[in-house]
Amino acid sequence: MTKRAAICAVAQTSYERDKWYIRHQGMVWEVVEQLLKSTGLDYAEDTGIGQIVTVSDDLFDGRTISDAAVTDAVGAHFRAEEKVSQDGAMAVYYALSLILSGHTDLVLIVGHCKESQPGSRRLVTHLAFDPFFTRPVGLDYVGAAGLQAQAYHAKTGLKAEQLADVVVRARKNAAKNPQIKDLPAVTAADVLASPMLADPIRELMMYPVTDAAVGMIVASEERAKKLTDKPVWITGVGCCYDSFFLGDRDLTSNFALKNAAKRAYAMAGGDGADVYELSDMYAYQMPLWAEGLGLCGAGEGAKWLAAGGPDKKNVNLAGGTLAGAPMILGGLTRVIEAALQLRGEAGARQVRGAKRAVAHGSTGPAGQHHTVVALANEGGR
Amino acid sequence: MKHRNVGIIGVGQTVHSSHREDVNQPELIHEAVTAALADAGMTMADVDCVVHGNMELFEMIHQPDMWHVIGDGAYGKPGIRVTTGGTTGATLVCAADALVASGLHDIVLAIGFEKLQEGHTTGGITNMADPLWGREIQTGALTGMTADAMIEEFGEERAKKAAMKHRVIMDKHAMKNPYAHRRFGFTDEMIPAMIANTPPLVGDLTIVHMCSQSDGACAMIFAAEHVVKKLGKKAAWIQDHVTVHREETFNLFGNHTEVSTMRYAATKLFGRNGITDPRKQIGVFEMYDPSSWWGLDWTREFLLLSGDEHLKMVENGDIGIDGSFPINPSGGVVASNPIGATAMVRVAEAALQIRGLAGERQVKRDFDLALASGFGGTLWTVLVLLAKNPPVSEEAQS
Repeated sequence: MTKRAAICAVAQTSYERDKWYIRHQGMVWEVVEQLLKSTGLDYAEDTGIGQIVTVSDDLFDGRTISDAAVTDAVGAHFRAEEKVSQDGAMAVYYALSLILSGHTDLVLIVGHCKESQPGSRRLVTHLAFDPFFTRPVGLDYVGAAGLQAQAYHAKTGLKAEQLADVVVRARKNAAKNPQIKDLPAVTAADVLASPMLADPIRELMMYPVTDAAVGMIVASEERAKKLTDKPVWITGVGCCYDSFFLGDRDLTSNFALKNAAKRAYAMAGGDGADVYELSDMYAYQMPLWAEGLGLCGAGEGAKWLAAGGPDKKNVNLAGGTLAGAPMILGGLTRVIEAALQLRGEAGARQVRGAKRAVAHGSTGPAGQHHTVVALANEGGR
Repeated sequence: MKHRNVGIIGVGQTVHSSHREDVNQPELIHEAVTAALADAGMTMADVDCVVHGNMELFEMIHQPDMWHVIGDGAYGKPGIRVTTGGTTGATLVCAADALVASGLHDIVLAIGFEKLQEGHTTGGITNMADPLWGREIQTGALTGMTADAMIEEFGEERAKKAAMKHRVIMDKHAMKNPYAHRRFGFTDEMIPAMIANTPPLVGDLTIVHMCSQSDGACAMIFAAEHVVKKLGKKAAWIQDHVTVHREETFNLFGNHTEVSTMRYAATKLFGRNGITDPRKQIGVFEMYDPSSWWGLDWTREFLLLSGDEHLKMVENGDIGIDGSFPINPSGGVVASNPIGATAMVRVAEAALQIRGLAGERQVKRDFDLALASGFGGTLWTVLVLLAKNPPVSEEAQS
């Protein structure tokens, strides 16, 4: 492929349990303002930001056309704006296609969600199930994850204690990320004593309710070189749907993730990276998705954890989504963290000399849809 | 410049109706997908990526593309969900265009749908407004403001007659479209009685002027130029498209009169595609007309007209299927409105016209360009230009 696109700047608000003091628009503007400052971009008709891709969710926001609420804050007045209503990593996928297509050479991505706002996240995800067969059973994404976790424990011999360690590690790593607020350290005993949500998933094994907004500037090669001296190239993207009904799927096969990874690695010209950012909304998903991304063999996730795989492979050094990211922004927050690593801006969690990174996002019950984004800086292109 | 050309080679839509109680959402979508694949002469095995969209709050299904995988064929395939309110259908076209033109995918299936029977449309739109700033006065697309403005500008009698004639022309077109939801059989003779008797919704916007709430789905197949050539299919090529949003409160920048998003979009699109006389250069226009008042008013905006030229076009019957500039030979949105599909149906109908496959509603003259618009959000516009011949692309030049 002759054309290329790069992430030129990233921005994020703090991640908090309840940002009661700021509205969606305020969070979004905080992100947009950072991006305008760091790139010097404006909204001039022909040279400024003209194409915006937002990420948000009508049901979480409790309103229809949730992107209309932020049209002004993202600067879409008399500009183009399109909302990706899926995991935020798909916004990167879409922005890449917009630039490679020649339709535009610059895309502003902004995602927002306040999970503190709906009365219950589980009520929202309950509505993802079809009203005829699965909704009457009472399924929601937590229940679906419980079934997937059961199957995974049974298949691999994974122990609850191992997952408690995953949570302890996530919180330790999160302490190195100054954007993550109000997330106390926990012990393995705390995790194992926390209330059961959906057997075997305990409360501390699930990502906490989180409010945040995040964003980035993606540009063509020509524009990128003018905007930053640290472009992060999007070298590969892949995504895939699995079937809907849980009974139709092999919940531990990683069918969709393996396909998504295969596509992204093929486009990037190979797998392997210095940093991996996984969307682990539940602790069991860290080893499960690691299998799907090829970090260890199929069914070997428990062994991989026992052998210290996450630290050896630099997986989720900022705490992952287990340390708190709104579900629909999960993959986008991973791309941002990976970009920070490749820009050498990851502070206390920086992997020295990181050249290539893989970021992952997931949408739907028990990971029905996966997105994989491969990134590289100038050294790793 | 466009990296690769993108041709529309398959179009499928369901019969649009107030109550499709015989099918659930995935089944409804499946009908449109099956029809689009048949039109393109292919199966799901050929499709590389699926694009999906609707208004999620209207049916209150969270991330509906998950459930719909069982009807849309996306199992095992890449897929993306993109939504922008009423413009969603046109945005799906833009997204499919980007996914193919970029080289990421060769054949993309896009699906827009809505099953409004299963929700409360105006209830859904009403909560669009900010809960702290005027949710109580948000009425969605139900507004009498345009009727008021046109009556003020052109006088009550002329404005009301023109709006109703517009409605009657749309219905005459819908009578030729087997997929249309509302096909009344209106005639010109009925206009005075319709003006006198149809119940008002808001001011001079009456129930007959307003679009329907429909159940329906539309699916389209987009393919890269080399695929189109290999298959030997007749394609409608995506020449260009423009998306224009605006802030939601309508007063953020004071009360000064701004150019409409329709005029702004048309000026931009025509300017960069060498269109100086749209009514001569473009053969047919499928406009997202949520009401006859808006359809009439926006004709002036989209075609960059001034004064009463748009009224004359209606009064003279120019916008009729056999007129000099046919608008909505499909019957338009006042005839059928499955919202997430509605703006896609506009592009799909324009594509059928370019490909000469519009059946009884085919415009008989020969033309090279067709225009389609989407409306949504707070007067947002998406404007899509389709061409009979592939435009210039980087791929073709290299």
